[in-house]
Amino acid sequence: MQNVAIADQPDHLHDPQTFVTKYIYSQDHKVIAIQYALTAVFVGLVALVLSGLMRLQLGFPDTFDFINPSDYLQFVTMHGMIMVIYLLTALLLGGFGNYMIPLMIGARDMVFPFMNMLSFWFYLLSVLVLLASFFVPGGPTGAGWTLYPPQAILAGTPGHDWGIILMLASLVIFIIAFTMGGLNYVTTVLQARTHGMTLMRMPLTIWGIFTATVLGLLAFPALLVSAIMMMLDKTLGTSFFMPALVSLGENLDYSGGSPVLFQHLFWFFGHPEVYIVALPAFGMVSDVLATHARKNIFGYRMMVWAIVGIGGLSFFVWAHHMYVSGMDPAFGFFFATTTLIIAIPTAIKVYNWILTLYRGNIHLTVPMLFAIGFIFTFTHGGLTGLFLGNVTIDLPLSDTYFVVAHFHMVMGVSPIMVLFAAIYHWYPLITGRMFNERLGKLHFWLTFLGTYAIYLPMHYLGFLGVPRRYFAMGTTDFIPESAPSLNASITISALIVGLSQLIFLYNVFWSIRHGKPAGHNPWGATSLEWQTPDVPPRHGNWGPELPRVYRWAYDYAVPGAEHDFIPQNHPVSEAEQTAGEHEEHNS
Amino acid sequence: MNIMRMLRDKPWLHPSAAATAAQYSGPDSKAAMRVLLRFVLAIVGVIFFLFIITFLARSQYPDFEALAGQPWQPFTDPTRLWFNTALLACASLTIQWGLGGARTGNLNVSVAGISAAVFFTVLFLVAQFDLWLHLQSMGFYMAGNPANSYFYLLTAIHGLHLIGGLLVLTNVVFRVWYDNSTESLSAPLQLCTTYWHFLLGVWLVLFALLTSRPETINALAAMCGF
Repeated sequence: MQNVAIADQPDHLHDPQTFVTKYIYSQDHKVIAIQYALTAVFVGLVALVLSGLMRLQLGFPDTFDFINPSDYLQFVTMHGMIMVIYLLTALLLGGFGNYMIPLMIGARDMVFPFMNMLSFWFYLLSVLVLLASFFVPGGPTGAGWTLYPPQAILAGTPGHDWGIILMLASLVIFIIAFTMGGLNYVTTVLQARTHGMTLMRMPLTIWGIFTATVLGLLAFPALLVSAIMMMLDKTLGTSFFMPALVSLGENLDYSGGSPVLFQHLFWFFGHPEVYIVALPAFGMVSDVLATHARKNIFGYRMMVWAIVGIGGLSFFVWAHHMYVSGMDPAFGFFFATTTLIIAIPTAIKVYNWILTLYRGNIHLTVPMLFAIGFIFTFTHGGLTGLFLGNVTIDLPLSDTYFVVAHFHMVMGVSPIMVLFAAIYHWYPLITGRMFNERLGKLHFWLTFLGTYAIYLPMHYLGFLGVPRRYFAMGTTDFIPESAPSLNASITISALIVGLSQLIFLYNVFWSIRHGKPAGHNPWGATSLEWQTPDVPPRHGNWGPELPRVYRWAYDYAVPGAEHDFIPQNHPVSEAEQTAGEHEEHNS
Repeated sequence: MNIMRMLRDKPWLHPSAAATAAQYSGPDSKAAMRVLLRFVLAIVGVIFFLFIITFLARSQYPDFEALAGQPWQPFTDPTRLWFNTALLACASLTIQWGLGGARTGNLNVSVAGISAAVFFTVLFLVAQFDLWLHLQSMGFYMAGNPANSYFYLLTAIHGLHLIGGLLVLTNVVFRVWYDNSTESLSAPLQLCTTYWHFLLGVWLVLFALLTSRPETINALAAMCGF
């Protein structure tokens, strides 16, 4: 049989033995997931350092000689692009998608393991190409993460020569990597679910990852198309996006192109991208909340519908990023309406999370703290989204710190909170050890409170009209003297939050060797990934026989049950059987 | 509808074993490949759809000069394109013929069909490249006009997809060579065949679009609201 995972071949369960087969040429989804995760965290740390440098400049202008305006713009650009694409997308889908999908649906591996392996190596290549741009003449591009033409490829923008080319090339490679991975995720979810695992019995984590992957597969082509066309504008002198213009006193050969066309393409990718990041986070946080509140998720069906609904709607809201591009007011009205409609399924999800907690047996473990923290940060970020979704309010606030604060709360901090929750939640499964609880709580409080110390004042700066992407504010009448001191305080908070991530890294790496052995299913979770014969799961995940699924993933605190949770693969008891028949009879 | 029934399911009621009692022993690789192909076609479709949308939007700017309509423009007489189209259509037909051979277990027919399909596909690519040279010699350069740019871009992207298809087809053939049975050929060849037909369809759309006169392009753009 071709194209069947090694792990699916019935005769033997052979674990790869040598270093090369185990780590380099590995087709095991768990190894690939960890490779993805480590690469993403590494490149994310680079982006974190960049944000620290930006904050130093903003908080204490005229202090640091080694940051000039070009550097600053390059930091902004690389920070944004790395965080959104190379960290969040890669870690949520490449990392958690890879690790969780086969385990949670009861498969031995992804359906196309070879392609999965290629996906990681392409991803690594894209990261290397991206990082290479730091070392080329002119440095990385400083065009802003949106890479708007014409400025992105014109002299005057830092990195307009090599930087932008490497950025576009890296994006194209990333998209190829994501597509190979994404095809695997959707096919595996659709085809490799074990016996009894109906779609509506899947944990919400899988629903989130699945829907986000479908979004990614359909949205990344827009970025691909725009990257290819911009690359041609840059290298071959075509005029897809470039209008006729004079640059530095010189008439350029471009003519007639449309920069707004690029914006449409970019945001047709860019808005679904928000949900590519958010939906897996929604899914994972639902599972963490249910498990640590010992309660079934409130409104499972609504949660699934909301995920699918948000995914569908996310393709119809892109132009709300372009209200200031001079669009027809009717067009703006349409996109404001769709944008506000998306608040409905999102609000359903938030209410359901809160109702899951209501009268639950809440265990304030570290993952639970991060999950609850997410509800706060996401609600705050979502509410400012309602402001910015309206054209009339967006116009004055556009390109101010208010926007920066909004999107950091909603798609920076919130997914990161869930990622921390997820890493702490699944750490015992992945490593077989417990992390240090006290360090974890310290990490949570520093991160959570620090986040508010950074972003709450930033909303206020935005209301004052402080523009984003400026190297220094200079002297302006409408910005009071208090603003720079607020900026300094934000910088100090940001540095503290940045440094406190070292606690997390220390905890993760120290606990691999020195943590308490976690044992089997330490949180008492119902979903399948905790029911593997070995912890951490071995190659092939399930031993000789695949698990059978008898129930949904949220049987917590079932009245009359022996324990306060019933795993999905726990056979149906006689009492349940008769209760079921009784109910059938009545209905 | 199946999906609607699925979404109305209430999984918290009635825990039970699934209806089929047969032991489930892992995913069906053929079904998985079919799902994979559907997604691949969807993605390729989206890529070309987006290119075409940008083409229509860009066509409404004053510097855009369609490649057909006036006597001096290259595709007012699209004979060469018809010839290329015939080559790709032959590739589609012969790969279908080869698939028929694989289904009935006739190894000779399937080898002949696949070889002919590869031959016609490569010939199509060469003919497209020759067309590029022809356009260059007429002075229609890549950066000369957005219509030219789109012609080179769209044919290049389409060609790259064909080359990708050829690589997959080569892989399939070599696997079968080692397995030495036509049974294992028909399923993957079916997928390749579908892909070839799909790319033929894409090419017909591109052909129609790139040889359209300005009035047609304007009408299409108006329908899309540009």
